[in-house]
Amino acid sequence: MELDAAILSRIQFAFTVSFHIIFPAITIGLATAIAIWEGLWLKTRNPVYFQLAKFWIKPFAITFGMGVVSGIVLSYEFGTNFSRFSEITGAVLGPLMAYEVLTAFFLEAGFLGVMLFGWQRVGERLHFFSTCVVAVGTWISAFWIIVANSWMQTPAGYELVDGRFEVASWMEVIFNPSVPYRLTHMLLAAMLSATFLIGGVSAWYLYKKRDLAFGRKGLSMALWAALLLAPVQALVGDFHGLNVKEHQPIKVAAMEGIWPETERGAPLLLFAVPDMEAETNHFEIKIPKLASLILTHELDGELQGLKSVPADERPYVPLIFYSFRIMVGLGVLMIGAALWGLWLRRKNGHFESRPFQWLMMLMIPSGVISTLAGWYVAEVGRQPWLVHGLVRTMEVVSPLPAERVLFSLTLFVLTYSLLFCVYLYFMAKLIRKGPPDMARLEQHMIGIKAPGFALAWVKKLQHDVVEN
Amino acid sequence: MDLALFYYLLLGFAVLMYVVLDGFDLGLGILYPWFRSEGERDHMMRSISHVWDGNETWLVFGGVVLFAAFPAAYAGILATLYTPIIIMLIGLIFRGVAFEYRFKSHRSKPWWDKSFWLGSTVATFCQGAILGAVVQGVDAAPGELGALDWLSPFSLFTGFALMVAYSLLACCYLVLKSRDPVLTRAAHLGRRLVLAIMVILLALSLWMVLDNEQVSARWFDGLNFIWLSPLPLLSMVLGFLLYRDLDGEPHETRPFWLACGLFLLGFGGLVVSLFPYLIPHQLTLWQASAPDTSLKFLLPGILIFLPLICAYTLWGYRIFSGKVEDFEEGY
Repeated sequence: MELDAAILSRIQFAFTVSFHIIFPAITIGLATAIAIWEGLWLKTRNPVYFQLAKFWIKPFAITFGMGVVSGIVLSYEFGTNFSRFSEITGAVLGPLMAYEVLTAFFLEAGFLGVMLFGWQRVGERLHFFSTCVVAVGTWISAFWIIVANSWMQTPAGYELVDGRFEVASWMEVIFNPSVPYRLTHMLLAAMLSATFLIGGVSAWYLYKKRDLAFGRKGLSMALWAALLLAPVQALVGDFHGLNVKEHQPIKVAAMEGIWPETERGAPLLLFAVPDMEAETNHFEIKIPKLASLILTHELDGELQGLKSVPADERPYVPLIFYSFRIMVGLGVLMIGAALWGLWLRRKNGHFESRPFQWLMMLMIPSGVISTLAGWYVAEVGRQPWLVHGLVRTMEVVSPLPAERVLFSLTLFVLTYSLLFCVYLYFMAKLIRKGPPDMARLEQHMIGIKAPGFALAWVKKLQHDVVEN
Repeated sequence: MDLALFYYLLLGFAVLMYVVLDGFDLGLGILYPWFRSEGERDHMMRSISHVWDGNETWLVFGGVVLFAAFPAAYAGILATLYTPIIIMLIGLIFRGVAFEYRFKSHRSKPWWDKSFWLGSTVATFCQGAILGAVVQGVDAAPGELGALDWLSPFSLFTGFALMVAYSLLACCYLVLKSRDPVLTRAAHLGRRLVLAIMVILLALSLWMVLDNEQVSARWFDGLNFIWLSPLPLLSMVLGFLLYRDLDGEPHETRPFWLACGLFLLGFGGLVVSLFPYLIPHQLTLWQASAPDTSLKFLLPGILIFLPLICAYTLWGYRIFSGKVEDFEEGY
């Protein structure tokens, strides 16, 4: 494979978008969790909820910041690296993204300031309101992005005029066939990413035998969340799979490693090494007929295989095949962890069991990794198309010289690698520092119940007295 | 009303909002070397840490309005100006993360200071250079330009000019938000920057008129200059008032609004010179505009949400109004 500008642009986009998605995957769920804790605190006045909200707002803030800076890059990369693509799809994707900015980005940014820095400037209810708005903003943002992405996967409601897309029906564009599945799947993935982050970090506090009340509450809530979300996610994933089979059968063929033109009673491959040259798999470990059963709900159901389309219309199979197994494997592990937690809970063993704490700590990145793997299945599975069946990726890249893209790609790899290390370092630092001290928090809470401005005035008085 | 024209005005509004709002927080970064102590820098950072994210959103908004309403211009400009855009984005990344990490670091604080300063400076320079290159006329057929073709004496100058302009705005913002010793230093720097910006505005105007027949025709054909003369004249008045307000005991709020007015006039001059082109003398706003179905679909969204956005942005600024207090905790 020659490293021309086209392939370099694709690598660059894949790299920058993969890096970006890590952060929203966490913040969507984390914002929701913080809003829930703040609400519970207002309702019950149990300080541990306030402590949870006050602690997790810090990891949330740095994660959100990373998401913002890496997201701006993406909004310009369509134009810089895929100019032909933005020219022909601008009339469809442009307004969708504009709606995202109008209804979500500004909303998040506008209320984020109050959520992070407004503790002493606004009352507790207004603060809670701001936190809720930020959380809702992250969902709305996810909605528009998924709509735009789904349209590229299952285009609808368009007409082609002089080689450019124009919209015939916005309803069909927005509610294109894969939107409901993809959106639910992604939002659940985000909730699970935050759930296992919170669960794992809480388990670490219990493991270290510090901040026990805080760790217990966090772990317990995360486990209930996982118990609810992980099985639902499996179910939604199944529905999503059926939808993909209907609209993008070749993607399913790559996920399942099915090579013949059609196959009845296809086995479920637990493991295999797909070989694109030989058009077959090596080292298969399989369960007979299960793939057909899952995807058609019949033992002998017929599935379309990769060879039903010419080789140049097939995606790169191994990446999809392995990513799919990583995603599903981690999903199964999540359900397992949730069930184990439930079983241990009978005698509060989920707070005590060392092996369980270890598992939860190891599973901190599981949500993010399976989200990434899922995106690879979806995005690589769409290739060689950028708009499925209509626009080929290689035909719409900007006519740039290769060395210019190589230069920018190098810059991004260096910058992002550095930033990711820094991000992990500061996350670890925040976690090691632990939740805010309860005594200090109590004092703080008294202030917060008073109107924010009054508190600022009191603090200033205190400050002046100490100074003199 | 002509929809394409409406979106052209909207694009102008987005750019202006971005330039003014992110302008003062980028300018703060450029000014860092003049404020050396950690306390002063904490003070400066605190004055913008709750708003920078919202300010930068206008850049994304400008980008997507261009993408949605003028896809041809979006594709042409972004692909041609590939290098400065990528460098600007990298600059914005480094300054953006500095906000989060600086307050949480101890040993690495000097590095975040550098990251904030360098990121802001590089991003601003690139924005100015991009503007300069667009004004000079990029090639609408992307890919034919060399990697450094955007770099001309003119774009170098506009890059530098924008750095001065943002710094001035930042000084005025600091006068509004800070206490001594930051305030005095900011007012002092501000006075010099007012003088610099007046010279720069004059030089830029002459350069554009002399360099470009269409621009010169726009300003001097028939009675045009008489109609357009308020732009340069008002700029001079504002510049004078600004200098006066920064002198002695600086007025608290007025300098910031005067500086905004100066930006508005400068931007107005630019629009007057280039209208109706998006890529000068190659692509007009009507040629580049998206089909009506797209423009109409986005219209209600803009009419409903843009006023809302402005309202809650204003509310956010109000909540944090007044001088920055050092005792205030973050999150």
